[in-house]
Amino acid sequence: MKLFFALCFSFFAAAVSAQDLAPDAQVKKITDEVIGIIKQDQDIRAGNQKKINELVDAKVLPHFNFSHMTALAVGRNWPKASAEQQKALTSEFRTLLVRTYSSALSTYKNQVIEVKPLRAAAGDADVTVRTQVKQPGTEPVSIDYSMEKTPSGWKVYDVVVGGVSLVTNYRETFNAEIRDGGVDGLIKSLASKNGSLETQAGSKPK
Amino acid sequence: MVRRFLGLLLLTALVGCATTGGNPHDPLEGYNRAMFSFNEGVDNAIIKPVASGYKAVMPEIARTGVTNFFSNLRDVWIGVNNILQGKVGAGASDFGRFAINSTIGILGLFDIASNAGFEKHNEDFGQTLGRWGVGSGAYVMLPILGPSSVRDGLSLLAVDWHGDPLWYVSNIPTRSELIVVRAVDSRANLLDASRLAEEAALDHYAYVRDAYLQRRRSLIYDGNPPPEPESAKTSESGDSKDAAARAGTELPPAHITTQWGERIITAADEELTPAKEFSEAPAQPVAASQEAAGVTGSVYEPKIPFNYEALLAVSGEVRTGLAQTSQRP
Repeated sequence: MKLFFALCFSFFAAAVSAQDLAPDAQVKKITDEVIGIIKQDQDIRAGNQKKINELVDAKVLPHFNFSHMTALAVGRNWPKASAEQQKALTSEFRTLLVRTYSSALSTYKNQVIEVKPLRAAAGDADVTVRTQVKQPGTEPVSIDYSMEKTPSGWKVYDVVVGGVSLVTNYRETFNAEIRDGGVDGLIKSLASKNGSLETQAGSKPK
Repeated sequence: MVRRFLGLLLLTALVGCATTGGNPHDPLEGYNRAMFSFNEGVDNAIIKPVASGYKAVMPEIARTGVTNFFSNLRDVWIGVNNILQGKVGAGASDFGRFAINSTIGILGLFDIASNAGFEKHNEDFGQTLGRWGVGSGAYVMLPILGPSSVRDGLSLLAVDWHGDPLWYVSNIPTRSELIVVRAVDSRANLLDASRLAEEAALDHYAYVRDAYLQRRRSLIYDGNPPPEPESAKTSESGDSKDAAARAGTELPPAHITTQWGERIITAADEELTPAKEFSEAPAQPVAASQEAAGVTGSVYEPKIPFNYEALLAVSGEVRTGLAQTSQRP
């Protein structure tokens, strides 16, 4: 059942680049660009984390709205957090997401990604761009990007892989953490998770 | 037969030791977490190392062939479930896949059908039940088999294996070998995924659970689930226990035989009340027994497929099972 994860994280990278494009065209552009780079770069495919991070930083991250993502993941407790707490949460959550998805990019294996034509009204400021990852032998995996229009262009605020929202999937855990240790408890847990991943990456250059 | 009883016993026992967890979908959290750790232990000690070795030793093209071979065998049962759900076109496409891949694709080693435009589907009997409006029941971590629910676990143990061609291989050593190879191959395909899930998760158990619940819901609606009401996510509602209540109190016992095909025939002689499940008021008062057992269900919008009468009978076995598990032993 976890098969979809394998594919999923790899294509988190499909963000948007040019601000004037329609959201689906942007997703297609960035997907093609990132996949093109991965296909050619043997270092990335071998799991060179530094190069992967550079690629993600340059091509992908500018098109994500991390504070919206964090608010969505935290859910009903978000308004209860102070401005500083919200900032700290966003920063830690961003680190966790970016690290995981960067690490996933190296698992890409020639799957074909199809961006479906957008079905939305002209004035919509909140759309879902649907894509499909195809690989013979397994059923296609859908990756849907929830995107919102901001002054600085379309931004992704949720990624839904095979029906699983990578953002709201954290909600139950975050609720439990906040119930047990307050917002600061959650910040601490996120920080220590990021810390342990840091250590792992240091000891095992992969 | 023995297998089915083991399944029922197991699930009955699980429901009996319900604990008071925070998550309405996961009343068995205490047990589930223990079983999750057990599974992780077995995986780390045996399954993962074997799968890693297999991946390291076998050339990729050979592994793809193995994956395709087993995937092809599954298409028949996927097609049956599509038809049970009223999706005849999709079912026909699945049988078409099997026909093409078994012949031109050389016994399924090559997935020619996908390239020819016959998309692979993901169906099983648990999804079929979900489509018919049966709630998922509590989340259950099965030994070795992993994340499941009362509905999906019973479907897997009582029904799905009838649709698994490997169980019809009469030579038992050969059958066992095939099943082991298939298991190793699917674990090998998941090595990257499981590593990523571990890295991503703050609480690995909850991450897997919540992903499973979201994933199953999406699969039942073939990727287009209706938006989930906020109340269902955060608090317990009468509606979400509806399916369990129906399973416990309303469903007629069905005649059961071992082959799914036979069951349809047996059922044709019976008086069926097809619309009963769907016409009832959705918010039945929840019986105390369900409350105590902590069985919960997700909210699904029932849909009546055209072949509902036959379907109702086929599902009798599992629904009877659900009724049993929703009562205290």
